[in-house]
Formats: sequence, C-alpha cells, structure tokens
Amino acid sequence: MTDQNQTLETIKDIRNIMDRSSRFLSLSGLSGVGAGVCALAGAWFANDVIAGSDAGKTAKAGTIRQYEHADGGLDMLHSFMGHRLFMIAAVTLISAIVVAVIFTYLRSSRQGIPLWSSTSQRLIWNVAVPLVAGGLFLLKLIEAGVYGLIAPGCLIFYGLALVNGAKYTLGEIRFLGYGMLLLGIISCWFPGYGLYFWAAGFGLLHIIYGIVMWNKYERQA
Amino acid sequence: MKNPIEQLQKVFDSRVRLGVMSALMVNDQVSFNELKELIQLTDGNLASHLKALEENGYIKVNKGFVGRKTNTTYAVTKAGEKAFRLHLDALEQMIKQMGK
Repeated sequence: MTDQNQTLETIKDIRNIMDRSSRFLSLSGLSGVGAGVCALAGAWFANDVIAGSDAGKTAKAGTIRQYEHADGGLDMLHSFMGHRLFMIAAVTLISAIVVAVIFTYLRSSRQGIPLWSSTSQRLIWNVAVPLVAGGLFLLKLIEAGVYGLIAPGCLIFYGLALVNGAKYTLGEIRFLGYGMLLLGIISCWFPGYGLYFWAAGFGLLHIIYGIVMWNKYERQA
Repeated sequence: MKNPIEQLQKVFDSRVRLGVMSALMVNDQVSFNELKELIQLTDGNLASHLKALEENGYIKVNKGFVGRKTNTTYAVTKAGEKAFRLHLDALEQMIKQMGK
C-alpha cells in the first residue's frame, strides 16, 4: 500500500532530520579503540615510573599513605615523579585526542558531514564543561598531595562528561559513561590500585565500546 | 470516527517544510545555511518554503550578523509546535488504522 509506505517514509524523514540536526553522529568507533590503546600505553609507562619509586611500593602495599597531606616525603614524591608522570599524562591525553579526532574526521568526510559544525561544537562544549571543572579540581588534589584520588577522579569526571555528552551524539556513549563512573567509584575504596582501574576504564572500556560501535554502525559502510 | 487525514496540516504537505519543522523542534534555533545542508536544497527553494511557514506563523525569523555576514536563524513558534504535534498525531492515527 503506497499510502502506508508514504506515511512511514515521512516519519522516517522527520526522525532522521531531528537526529542529524541535534546530534553529532559521525563519532567513529575506531576513535574509541585508538584512545583506549593510547591510554593503555600511557598507563604502562606510568606504571614503570610509579613502580620505580618508593612511594609507589608503599602505595601498592595498600597503605593509605597517599591520603596524607603534603608532608616532606610526599613533596619529594611530587618533584621526583610528579613531573614525569605529568608528562606521560599530557602526552597520553594529547595523542588520544589526536587519534580520536583523526578517525572521526575520516568517518565524517566519508559521510559528507562537516567535522566542525554546530552539532559537534555543542557536543564538545557539553563534554568539556564537566571535564574542565573536574580537571581543575584534580590539579588542586595533586597540589594537596591526595594522589590516591586522582585516578578515581579522572574516571568519575570523565564518566559524567560522557553521560552529559550522550544527548548530543550517538546515545550509546552513555553506557561507556556509566562504566567509567562505576569503575571510578569502586576504585575509591582500593587505594594504591588507581592506575589499574584507570587502565581498565580509559583503556579497556574505550576499546570495547569502540569495537561494539564500529561493528554496529561502520562495519558494512 | 474522525478521519485523521482531515487533521493533517496542509502546510506540512511538503517534505521540505516537514524537514524544517523537524529540525526546529529539537533545536532552539537553526541558521539558514544549516537548514540548507540538512535538507539539501537550493537557496531560493528553501527560502520560499520558509516564507510559507513564516506566513502561517509557525516559525519566526531572526536576522543577525556574524562579523559582516548576515546570519539568519529560524525558531519554531508556539503555534508551529502545536501544529506540528497535531500533524504527527494524525500520521500516527493513519498508521494505526492501516494496521487494522
């Protein structure tokens, strides 16, 4: 019946335009995989640095030393490995973003959708707000010497950012956000294992999410 | 029973106008160029459809500037939102009846 087909076609059109005009749908699954691989590499280097320091050993033994306020020892820790860890973190973050942008750029140009559009800007803004606020808060924690809460903090704020951003891109990213939040909250009770939780969240969850999304949306394309 | 086809809004009889309304329903405002990109239409064609919607009081036009370039944005009015919902309800009814 052509009438029915026409009506269904109309509804499909409406839905399609609502989606395309309000969400940035070119986010590539491979971006997730790429960011996850960067995170695992970063965690591996960071683990080397931490394992090489005394503070790392006591932290691994599960003491709550990390929660202490900056005393002499932690100040030394700060200058001794803070710098290298900070470099690793920065390089990891930048490479993850670059890799993610490249894969998403490739997908969007295949689809003929501009990368820099009002939908992508809205997505970036809504992800950036919780991330920047969280990032500043974490810097303050580092200053206070509360290293044990850095990894949980990263996971929690990133999770919140993803849940917030899910309204402006492929909705499934919400579940990645929930996963990050869950890991972040659990890791609060496992001081000394922050890096493992961090690697599980930023590395494994990203990769799993990326593969699932790639399978779902990009495989045949 | 009321014939749902009578409830269909005549103004929304075109794919372009429906497309414009759909985009405006989920965004506070959308620029002319964004609409053009979304619906893939020539300037003149889109402008005439927008004019029709405006004359019906379903959308409102906002002329502004980005730098020196004019930047015209569109937003849906209360009346437009209501008409669009009625139209969707009618479509839904039509499908339900066909299913029987």
